[in-house]
Amino acid sequence: MAWVKYALKRLLMLIPVIVCVTFFLFLILSYSSQNLAYQLLGEDATEAQIAAKEAEMGLDKPILVRYGEYMLGVVKMDFGKSWINGEDVLARFSNRLPNTLRLSALAMLFAISVGVPLGIGSAIKQYSLLDYGSMFVAMLLFSMPAFWLGTMCQILFCLTLHWLPTSGADSWMHFILPMLILGANTMATMIRMSRTSMLDVIRQDYIRTARAKGASSGKVILHHALRNSLIPVVTQIGVSFAGTIAGAVVTENIFAIPGVGTLLINAVKARDVPVVLGTVIFVAIIVGVINLIVDLFCAVIDPRIDLES
Amino acid sequence: MDRKQNGGQEYLLNISGLTVQYKTDDAIVHAVNDLDLKLGKGETVGLVGETGAGKTTLALSILRLLPERVGQIVSGSIQYDGDELLTLPEAEMLGLRGKRISMIFQDPMTSLDPTKTVGEQILEVLDLHFPEMTKAEKNKRVDEMMRLVGIMPERKGNFPHEFSGGMKQRIVIAMALVAEPELLLADEPTTALDVTIQAQILELMRQLKDQFNTSVVLITHDLGVVAEFCDSVSVVYSGRVVEYGTVEQLFKREENHPYTTGLFNCIPDLSDKQPRLRPIPGHMADPRIIQKGCCFADRCEYATDRCRAEQPRMYVRDGHGIMCFRYEGKEG
Repeated sequence: MAWVKYALKRLLMLIPVIVCVTFFLFLILSYSSQNLAYQLLGEDATEAQIAAKEAEMGLDKPILVRYGEYMLGVVKMDFGKSWINGEDVLARFSNRLPNTLRLSALAMLFAISVGVPLGIGSAIKQYSLLDYGSMFVAMLLFSMPAFWLGTMCQILFCLTLHWLPTSGADSWMHFILPMLILGANTMATMIRMSRTSMLDVIRQDYIRTARAKGASSGKVILHHALRNSLIPVVTQIGVSFAGTIAGAVVTENIFAIPGVGTLLINAVKARDVPVVLGTVIFVAIIVGVINLIVDLFCAVIDPRIDLES
Repeated sequence: MDRKQNGGQEYLLNISGLTVQYKTDDAIVHAVNDLDLKLGKGETVGLVGETGAGKTTLALSILRLLPERVGQIVSGSIQYDGDELLTLPEAEMLGLRGKRISMIFQDPMTSLDPTKTVGEQILEVLDLHFPEMTKAEKNKRVDEMMRLVGIMPERKGNFPHEFSGGMKQRIVIAMALVAEPELLLADEPTTALDVTIQAQILELMRQLKDQFNTSVVLITHDLGVVAEFCDSVSVVYSGRVVEYGTVEQLFKREENHPYTTGLFNCIPDLSDKQPRLRPIPGHMADPRIIQKGCCFADRCEYATDRCRAEQPRMYVRDGHGIMCFRYEGKEG
């Protein structure tokens, strides 16, 4: 069970990553939230009131002490309460997470299931209409930023044609457009990656060997080229997934989906430090776990990867 | 140009007038020009020549595996056991490749699929060509073949990266011979290996060739390998056979094409008093330009004006052919 040991090792390695990420974030946030108590209480607050509020929020203690206390809480699964409305951070996050996960997973699914076959098809039928067509689409999607493309599609499909709902997350209809917008960039990456990879693989010597054995072109692609060409693509999927979670921040805001992205943006705007910290920690964990899964999957398709060393 | 040693017997492989070009964006590369090659059943022919002479192109043409779009067989014929390979439908070519004609490639490091076990890769040949065999029979055959090439069958679950270069080439040989083909195209099978392993692999190929009575086209640039392994030799220069004959006829070194003589002069000889090797001056003619006259004229010390103007034909005596005007009138 080499992979279990490997997975545990990788999960343990997440701990120092999270400690570092939170420490720097903690530093930056505490310097940018110095007059927070004053801002929260309004212009009429007295010195005494402000001091009391700061004591309540723990802002009167030295920064390292505050960081230590915060991390102790994190170990006990206590991520603190929102400074704005006093809600429990963990509860609020877990309330928002399903929407974000659903959106990101759908976007990735769309990007992979459309992008990879298109890329592989373009490579097999190089210089064909399919090849030129998908290269054009990839270039187009690359060059359009999500916030612009999202807004344009919203105007066309929601406001003018009334095919899809404009905002919210109440039904599956609400997820169609956000999924396409969030997945568009990744799909372009998938097309290009799988095309390049397949083109590289079908020029390899072992493909010629397979043909010399008497395998038809179809069998050669299916039995030899496909698996080999997917190795770099799967690695790219891991990288793209992290990018998609980050991209969800923009997409969720365009379509007003109550997810982690909107939670994070609002918390940053309101300087709600506990919510920002908690959200970042969870996103770091999710990205770490997804990368781990992708790496394990890589080891499954590429026998040269040795998880033990 | 009938070679008498074969009597009236049909050739297994009879290539005549083969011309192959590579079409690239900026030029046409004339890789093989009007080439003739004949091979009898059970016979081994060595194809000798320097890098770029068109040897690999020839082998790939026989299997019709030239790179698509780029490599084109312009003219000529490749007769194999009564069939014209150049006009054979692709479906029939599939049945031929790997079963009746198989090929060993130069670099064992890259010629095996890194994501499949070596057992699977040998088995694939049987799966493709012997659907009537049961799974158990096929597995038994794979084990047998691995034992024959000197690799323990227990290792068939290993992946190519877990083997050394010499062992990979043994696997490639097992793969090439598991279907007991009539013809084996071995494209520099020992070039990528070190000398001790080279000898082992050649010995192994010789044993298996005798055991299965396989005809072999051995592509090499090593005359030593030819002397040891082959019955006859064809010397290839600029995509043409410039000399052919039995190993004895060529290695007697009495009558040779000037290019063959040049090749011999490049081999160090322990008994020779000559302190230095004599490399052939100049480079092989640019394959993008069609030359008038003899393709070797520019590098030949005997070249005359006629050599530069007129393409010599093959002058044959006792089945020993030399494409050089110096042998004009010496035919027998």
